[in-house]
Amino acid sequence: MQVNENKEFQPLIVAFCCNWCSYAGADLSGTNRLNYPTNVKIIRVPCSCRVNPMFILRAFQRGADGVILCGCHPGDCHYTSGNYFTRRRMTLLFSMLDFLGIERDRTRVEWVSAAEGAKFAATMNEFTEAVKKLGPNRRLEDLRCRKQ
Amino acid sequence: MQEAMIKRAKELLADGSVKRVIGWKRGEFAYDITPAVFESAEELDKDFVFDVFTSANVSKYLVKESKKEGKVLVFLKPCDTYSLNQLTKEHRVDRDNVYVIGIPGGPKLDIEKIRAKGITGILSVRNENFTLKIETLYGEETMPFSDAILDKCASCKSKKHVTYDELIGEDGDILDSDRFDMVEKLENMTAQERYDFWREQLSKCIRCNACRNVCPACTCEKCVFDDPASGVENKAAADSFEEKMFHIIRAFHVAGRCTDCGECSRVCPQNIPLHLLNRKFIKDINSLYGEYQAGADTTSRAPLTDYTAEDCESSIVHERGVE
Repeated sequence: MQVNENKEFQPLIVAFCCNWCSYAGADLSGTNRLNYPTNVKIIRVPCSCRVNPMFILRAFQRGADGVILCGCHPGDCHYTSGNYFTRRRMTLLFSMLDFLGIERDRTRVEWVSAAEGAKFAATMNEFTEAVKKLGPNRRLEDLRCRKQ
Repeated sequence: MQEAMIKRAKELLADGSVKRVIGWKRGEFAYDITPAVFESAEELDKDFVFDVFTSANVSKYLVKESKKEGKVLVFLKPCDTYSLNQLTKEHRVDRDNVYVIGIPGGPKLDIEKIRAKGITGILSVRNENFTLKIETLYGEETMPFSDAILDKCASCKSKKHVTYDELIGEDGDILDSDRFDMVEKLENMTAQERYDFWREQLSKCIRCNACRNVCPACTCEKCVFDDPASGVENKAAADSFEEKMFHIIRAFHVAGRCTDCGECSRVCPQNIPLHLLNRKFIKDINSLYGEYQAGADTTSRAPLTDYTAEDCESSIVHERGVE
């Protein structure tokens, strides 16, 4: 979480992007001069299924207010089936977070291909707005990691 | 029952078909019964016990015992056979090295529920026609059997042995159980209520790791929570993140492999309803990916190592239920 000079809440968004589609999609949105918020910090992963549920919790621990996971569209995975596993895994994880009372809009999975620069920028704008509305992450934060 | 089991175990030890027997023995008190390995007829005569408190699932002990030389005899209740099947499927237990005698299941008793009635100084507990005769230091007390049943036995899912080499007693059936009722009740609460419920429950956690250590599905040789660099390897004072992290990951790691044996909640010294987390995953898997009972067989693919192109998107979580 960051608070800038006029005290407006600026969420910290962590985006896990797969190397083959979404990371290239983010690149394309940059070369197309499309805007997306600077709140989004991208972490490149070889495949969306590289993301262990613990990564997501870890991101929240270290101060993320929202975590979004982007991968190739189902059927287009560079490794044939990685994102299918991601889909099941993340559905169960998000459902569990919801069960524990963590705000459901703090997490999301979005499929973004290498050609969808516009979709990438739009998704990030929309997600950042949604998290901004929720306010700082308080239900899943580690007090030991909070910046003074 | 106990006599029949000891007799059969002695026979198998005597003719050399098994080297060791896994069962239960009495601890310091009549009710703190602990799993044990027996190697001789004398040990069996002295310590072996099977009664209303032998609720421990001993299948996890086979991970180590089945690797040793010679066959192991193990007494398994119906719920425990699911765990053995799951361990066999994951190649954690060498099934050929195990001789399983199926024994009737519960219901078993929860000593805490007897204590909750204000009964102290308990020396022994007997079940006579569904009334418990409890001998204490201060005289005999009675209470109904049904009031002291372990939670995991109260919502029993199956009395059928899914794997065995021989049976003592009768085999039962798969039951219709109400085990998802509490999960449903929580799902129908608002997010704030659920958060408050779990904060209250999980903040009781003392991170003794008993739930992890007893779980027959938790058999990794190296556990992520033993790593001091993780920052969540033990209890952090005044911080709830570490509890949530531990319990989410513990439950997630056994998602699709958890047979719902209920041991995690039984051993929890703080009485946290940990099985609800596991049942939430089971319920989700059943509703999203089709009915699946871990341990029911040794061939099917676990839901999290399988997929179909038509699986729902994870946004389904955002669309359903109460916010």
